[in-house]
Amino acid sequence: MAVRLGGGQGFYGDGLAPVSDLLEAGVDYLVCEALAELTLAILQKDRQRDESLGYTRDLPLYLAAALPHVLAGRTRLITNAGGINPIAAGRAALSAARSAGATGLKVATVVGDDLRPRASDLALPPDALFANAYLGAGPIVEALRAGADVVVTGRVADASLFLAPLVHEHGWEWDDWDRLAAGVTVGHLLECSGQVTGGNYSGAWWENPDPLRIAFPIAEVDEDGTAVITKPEKAGGMVSFDTVREQLLYEVHDPARYLNPDVVADFTSLTLTDLGEDRVRLSAARGGPAPETYKGLVCTPAGWAGELRVAYCWPDAEAKARAAVRYVRSRAEATGLPVEEWCEEYFGVNAYGGPTVDLAAADASGWEPPEVIARLAWRTADPESAGRLGREVGVLGLSGPPGISGTGRGRDGRPTQLLAVEPFTVERALVDAQVRVSVAEA
Amino acid sequence: MARIQLRDLCGVRCGDKGDISDISLFADDLAAYEAVLSEVTPERVKAHFGALVAGPVERYEAGNVLALKFVLHQALGGGAPRSLRSDNLGKTHGASLLRLWIEVPEEVASGARRRHAPVSR
Repeated sequence: MAVRLGGGQGFYGDGLAPVSDLLEAGVDYLVCEALAELTLAILQKDRQRDESLGYTRDLPLYLAAALPHVLAGRTRLITNAGGINPIAAGRAALSAARSAGATGLKVATVVGDDLRPRASDLALPPDALFANAYLGAGPIVEALRAGADVVVTGRVADASLFLAPLVHEHGWEWDDWDRLAAGVTVGHLLECSGQVTGGNYSGAWWENPDPLRIAFPIAEVDEDGTAVITKPEKAGGMVSFDTVREQLLYEVHDPARYLNPDVVADFTSLTLTDLGEDRVRLSAARGGPAPETYKGLVCTPAGWAGELRVAYCWPDAEAKARAAVRYVRSRAEATGLPVEEWCEEYFGVNAYGGPTVDLAAADASGWEPPEVIARLAWRTADPESAGRLGREVGVLGLSGPPGISGTGRGRDGRPTQLLAVEPFTVERALVDAQVRVSVAEA
Repeated sequence: MARIQLRDLCGVRCGDKGDISDISLFADDLAAYEAVLSEVTPERVKAHFGALVAGPVERYEAGNVLALKFVLHQALGGGAPRSLRSDNLGKTHGASLLRLWIEVPEEVASGARRRHAPVSR
């Protein structure tokens, strides 16, 4: 009997709507991968503010989506949403389940990836903010054997989250390298959600069916390790040889030696066969013994960043933008600001000019960008220095090159309250009657 | 021989690990794969990226899926959480690789199937 895995999440902040399609199509396991390297750094900042945080806070949303299916015994949920605080994440999952009225749900928490308790044995830097090992599938298999409906882990190698239910269901041995390699390959293909089903596809992405509703992927994995990558029928996107091979090699470095804590997989040995109708078969995967060591990741402070973003309109937009950047950099030098590194960037295509800009003629020779946004970033050892240069920037508003403009008010989709202002007239006497002058002496 | 830009010949996907930018280049048939295999050398990629990549460039072959893998070291300004770059994850590096022009046999150029997206303004 093939085991059906759903790739329910590819990063912290991924879409939730495609998860319902997976659950509706039916998956034995919904597997959610939430932890990029950058994510751990974000979670570390959360935990610095509040010891009870440090996990991906959308965990309750995934749990709520999966809960009816989990309680009905159709699906189990595996997630590494625990981040650098899996115990808190486990508690959050239990409390979300309770507040949804669930009883008897078994939530397993996997800990042990945190290396800080062994900092001195490992000679970790004394200022390490977090240090974790990438665990393999073993502890998740143990949790599943104990009857867990939901498994919450911290840092587990992405693909091992998917390997675990395959080992559990098919009874694969821990030295059955080819089967383990097949499982890790499946996991690697599913761990980035829509990236295997038409998302970030470098081919004719504009011809994706229903491109605003890219499906998340499903794998049907047989006992012998043969698998079919597919997607819920009713959702958009596509699964083809091309979309699958793009994900196959994503971030793997040496494709003949994909290192995973459970197996070293050889992605150059396997065969991908496009079966049509959004089905690609994966077969003949080969693997070898797991690495002697676990991979670890340690995070240490690396200074502070400050940033200026200032836009200039045509004409001479680039020259103006570069002049503004020179101005700010010269202020840093003049004030002796200890900047350790600079980064200058220039963006722009017609944000301001609307139809006054003839983009059709833009390819003609002598083209000048309608605007340029200068971005200047700097690194300093301390936050005060990083912030000090920010205060040197305001003068550009009235005393810099002409044509300065804005780059928008919102960041990361955060809301901004909008305000309306309206001029009107008022009787002088009404105002004059309330005007007072007071003089105080220090 | 014909001159062709990689964007017209290949697909690409890229990602990051630490300060490493990891780019896969996909050919659409064996002839195109052999052409990029001989033309898109690690040395050439290193030179193409210039100051964006401070470290060495390694290349791996995945002939089973007609792909080359390039591993660019010290390529992200220190790695995503440390980098000052706006593209701190190197998400544009694949596209940057596609800017490369190479020499290929005439039939490879004429068989190129990669298309450009239409723009609706």
